[in-house]
Amino acid sequence: MGARDLIQTFFLGELRQGLSVTLRYLFSPKITIQYPEEKTPISPRFRGLHALRRYPNGEERCIACKLCEAVCPAMAITIESAEREDGSRRTTRYDIDLTKCIFCGFCEEACPVDAIVESHVIEYHGETRGDLHYTKQMLLANGERYEADIAEARALDARYR
Amino acid sequence: MAEIKNYHLNFGPQHPAAHGVLRLILELDGEVVVGADPHIGLLHRGTEKLAETRTWLQTVPYLDRLDYVSMMCNEHAYCLAVERLLGIEVPIRAQYIRVLMDEVTRIRNHLLNIGTHALDIGAMGMVLYTFREREDLMDVYEAVSGARLHAAYYRPGGVYRDLPEQMPKYRANKFKDEATVKRLNAAREGSLLDFIDDFADRFPRYLDEYHTLLTENRIWKQRTVGVAVVSPEQALQLSFTGPMLRGSGVAWDLRKKQPYEVYDRMDFDIPVGTNGDCYDRYLVRMEEMRQSNRIVKQCVEWLRNNPGPVISDNHKVAPPPREAMKSNMEELIHHFKLFSEGMHVPAGEVYASIEHPKGEFGIWAVSDGANKPYRIKLRSPGFPHLAALAEMCKGHMLADATAIIGTIDLVLGDTDR
Repeated sequence: MGARDLIQTFFLGELRQGLSVTLRYLFSPKITIQYPEEKTPISPRFRGLHALRRYPNGEERCIACKLCEAVCPAMAITIESAEREDGSRRTTRYDIDLTKCIFCGFCEEACPVDAIVESHVIEYHGETRGDLHYTKQMLLANGERYEADIAEARALDARYR
Repeated sequence: MAEIKNYHLNFGPQHPAAHGVLRLILELDGEVVVGADPHIGLLHRGTEKLAETRTWLQTVPYLDRLDYVSMMCNEHAYCLAVERLLGIEVPIRAQYIRVLMDEVTRIRNHLLNIGTHALDIGAMGMVLYTFREREDLMDVYEAVSGARLHAAYYRPGGVYRDLPEQMPKYRANKFKDEATVKRLNAAREGSLLDFIDDFADRFPRYLDEYHTLLTENRIWKQRTVGVAVVSPEQALQLSFTGPMLRGSGVAWDLRKKQPYEVYDRMDFDIPVGTNGDCYDRYLVRMEEMRQSNRIVKQCVEWLRNNPGPVISDNHKVAPPPREAMKSNMEELIHHFKLFSEGMHVPAGEVYASIEHPKGEFGIWAVSDGANKPYRIKLRSPGFPHLAALAEMCKGHMLADATAIIGTIDLVLGDTDR
């Protein structure tokens, strides 16, 4: 150990250098995000809470092909279907168990009519386990509520899919 | 004279320095560790067994959940295995994207490791700095895949989607005025590649800061130098891989020794340690981040100039693009077959391994020709490292046990599978 090293050690050289980094950041602009008043940017590809969409004329998109049910790795989707009065095939039951869902996005990828989508909503909760069992009505309501946001994100990402 | 017995101490599974749910039974003689018995399995989810009842595609998101700090690397090994069984070619652009995302993942993993390792042994500040950089890389993950952690982005045959041309931006609000938001969005004006490039330009400076904060710090050195020394022979006998092996001075890196994807076109060095102690392994990880940053730069450069397909056009393996699926009967049938029945992989077995940030991550896949794997065996790097914990702890103080857990970069998700 040379004299220089001794002086460094005695006068806490490396600690002072480290603290100078800390001190510099004390006076630099902060990176804190004041959640929930402000939020970080969300990518159009983000996969959050599920929603069932409708066509602009109000007709529900889902045709009960059950492809999402088949592809779901966690088996979180349950579908039952029946013929409607007008002769078209529609779901009578479309349940997603969010406690099972792993948010992989395969349901959206598989859906041939863009009916089931994953929206940007991350702020939802349930006070009991049953609250996280989303039924068809709840999913359609999600779709109606967030349609503008969902459509915008799909339009931005359409060329990559 | 009273009989003196060794003291047994339960370390974890709720101990904050146990990196998850590791239960460690320490046998103590005073304050010196004489034996360490890791009890694993608290995070066991049976991924290998689950894969046997899922189609080949459905297993991909489960792989994310193995080592949940380096998600895409896990997927990569799996996709390589499936592709080798299928004998298909991956488009060159997809290979570059994979290499790029693998290196982003490596930086993310090492940032977490160094931050939490420092936190465990007393340097509170480090984790704040490393997580700040991790946040940028999380945004990269989210921009390409739609999830900050569990990406499900790689597919057998390529990657799901091309890199986006736009980055999401901050919006002005009551806390941030236009000028602040403009500064925050400066790196986000261009495409994702511009964002990554900007990060890669800034990152070496951050690394220098970490070096200033830690490398010469006397407390850090007292806690890591000479702790858990592993000789090169010992490291090989304990089947160490990755930074654990390189920290002992063995220059073994699958990216160089068995190049997969386009690593043979990349220009990078393998850092090795000399003493094989915690400090050397820390230095190896720091240098690996710098080398990863170099690879990221090279990939960004190539990807900018070479557009092209990112997933195989063999529609028995990869789904057709959505527009074709919606306008063309044949593509629609392919789409339905792929997402319901899945692909059939020819009978055979294969072992594919990649240089995971923690070591060699391998997948041994056996197919009997069905649409599901017959057997998947995962070789996670954390398992042999954890198995060597007892050997590394022996003779050290109790407080060094946390330093050793930190240095083996333990993630229980991948140890327990």
